[in-house]
Amino acid sequence: MGISNARTNQGAIPVTIIRPTRGWKGIDFRELWRYRELLYFLIWRDIKVRYKQSLLGATWAIIQPLLTMIIFTVFFGQWAGIPTDGVSQPIFYFAGILPWQFFQSGVSKAGTSLVASRNLITKIYFPRIAVPIAPIIAGLLDFGLAFLILVGMMFFYGVTPTSALWTLPLFLLLAIVTAVGIGIWLAGLNVSYRDIGYVIPFLLQVWFFLSPIVYSSTIVPEKLRPYYGLNPMAGVVQGFRWAILGVGKPDMADIAASIGVAVILLVSGIFYFKRMERTFADVV
Amino acid sequence: MTDISIRTENLGKQYRIGQYVANYRTLRDVLVESVTYPKRWLMRRRDDHPDVRSPDTIWALRHISFELKQGQVLGVIGRNGAGKSTLLKLLSRVTEPSEGMAEIHGRVGSLLEVGTGFHPELTGRENIYLNGAILGMKRIEIDRKFDEIVAFAEVEKFIDTPVKRYSSGMYLRLAFAVAAHLEPEILVVDEVLAVGDAEFQRKCLGKMSEVAHQGRTVLFVSHNMSAIARLTQDTIVLDGGQIICSAPTTEAIDTYMTSGITQVGERRWDEAGSNLDHALFQPVALRVLDHEGRMTNQAMSAEGFVVEFEYRLDTDITGLRVGIYLSTSRGEPVFTSFDTDAPEAFERHTIRKQGHHVSRCKFPPNLLNEGRFVLGVNASSFRIQSYFTDEHALSFTIDATGAPGTHWPETRRGPLRPALEWEISEAVV
Repeated sequence: MGISNARTNQGAIPVTIIRPTRGWKGIDFRELWRYRELLYFLIWRDIKVRYKQSLLGATWAIIQPLLTMIIFTVFFGQWAGIPTDGVSQPIFYFAGILPWQFFQSGVSKAGTSLVASRNLITKIYFPRIAVPIAPIIAGLLDFGLAFLILVGMMFFYGVTPTSALWTLPLFLLLAIVTAVGIGIWLAGLNVSYRDIGYVIPFLLQVWFFLSPIVYSSTIVPEKLRPYYGLNPMAGVVQGFRWAILGVGKPDMADIAASIGVAVILLVSGIFYFKRMERTFADVV
Repeated sequence: MTDISIRTENLGKQYRIGQYVANYRTLRDVLVESVTYPKRWLMRRRDDHPDVRSPDTIWALRHISFELKQGQVLGVIGRNGAGKSTLLKLLSRVTEPSEGMAEIHGRVGSLLEVGTGFHPELTGRENIYLNGAILGMKRIEIDRKFDEIVAFAEVEKFIDTPVKRYSSGMYLRLAFAVAAHLEPEILVVDEVLAVGDAEFQRKCLGKMSEVAHQGRTVLFVSHNMSAIARLTQDTIVLDGGQIICSAPTTEAIDTYMTSGITQVGERRWDEAGSNLDHALFQPVALRVLDHEGRMTNQAMSAEGFVVEFEYRLDTDITGLRVGIYLSTSRGEPVFTSFDTDAPEAFERHTIRKQGHHVSRCKFPPNLLNEGRFVLGVNASSFRIQSYFTDEHALSFTIDATGAPGTHWPETRRGPLRPALEWEISEAVV
């Protein structure tokens, strides 16, 4: 579909040509920009709805990581005795849980978002790509709240911030890019193949263990390290720990691989999504 | 600088029906298919392609070409399944065409369903912003129109309550209020009048007529012929996905109301074709007979005629009433009459036995005016069950030749032409 603006004095009267499209399309950034307020409203709606009328409300964003941390500390740290790079266990786990929960909740919501919004998609035109992106961005709020707890814990455990703390936003960005990439893929796939919705929790569970959340990446055998590095979330979690706690400096090669994979996921996801987009309203 | 608003050229939309690749499949289906039909799976096309002439596809729309000027108000009418909603979806870009092209000048605001995007947990205020954004309004625009929207919806007191607490009437009014305050160059409206009470419908119509008078282009789909007649100047009639008529509204409505009714003087239903909910009642035929008992599609106003409805009951039915709806060919209802309207008939025919029946009624002479009329039939038990309804079953014409007053060759308005008793006398002052 092509859009050109015929500018008249009275303001633009956009002319839209609608025809069947074939093959691959990229993102129409101009259009996305025009609909930016919609993305904002979708994010706002997700956040509002998440916290309305729930007893725990915002505290859930804090309780969930805290509880998880406690369980990990007891089972993996104390009982299983898995080494934690020499730092105290609770904060070791928390630093990993933080980006993971953002990633996991974002991806699982994004994956089912298109099907859940079917009444929107079949009635109104707007760039569909906003739908899976919104819950991921909305998750940043939960992340922010949990981050405050992390700061509190750092005081409690006497952990001083390292000089590498500035890299934290970069690792967060890597997590966002990965989440969006995978989220878009799953969202698009779920419309055509409805059992993807069941695959997502399983996929995330496996991914969880493939990332160094309950263990340190140092226990990964040498010959598997390169493949391990292909997991962007491995890079994110390692990076988080390093930036906050100063342990387990990630290999530059690993980081580069992580970034590469994340970008490939994102770009391929966008192309797949845009290609399938034209059938969403018919198939969902 | 063109004054065209919408121009379509050979627009078409094809849907796949049946099991494969239509509605959702699972990964398991894909895997199974790849093993059992490997060649087909390898050669499959993921998107709809007009060249695929498999029996599993239907053309919901085909060869749609029309042109709308700016400020024109076009009605779109047709039976259910004729493709009206598909056309609107194509023009709103909700779905992609399979062939052809549409050129659209301006923003399109679509009212395909009222309240799309409303979230029950959010308040009225929040939903106005959300819904407005979804429909394409900018935030400042919504700010500007906020009070107007709330006033139109008459929900000032409840604006900060979650929408799930609204009554259905408030919900509809609010949803419509947001959509109605869009200011797109082109407004596309689909059957929003089908829901809501009379008050709501009146408001909707009023607003739409206002929008039309503001010089916006409006595309209006409805089954409500009087709304179509009121709001639109021209109308297209869709049937089986194609435009069968594009004409000024009165003519188009006439064509629609009398289309598909090909039999002269009689309409038969065969068992396979009827759309029955309940097979207990089987309509057989509806006939118009002139005053001499011959089947005809034209009757004389001055002579009266007979309408006969033959049907079969597959079991004894209690409380059944069988009747007709009479409308003009412009879609205006004239009256409804049931065979057990008269109290004695009601008492006597409480139970109708299994078998063939005929309900016959006499139209008195000098009732109807000249013109074309449409008969519909209904068989139901009041408030219990509707056995059969067909609102456009048969059409016929009335000729007013020889009726009182025809010594003046003039057309009189209205569906009726009664011969009233007039008394003329000199007044005593």
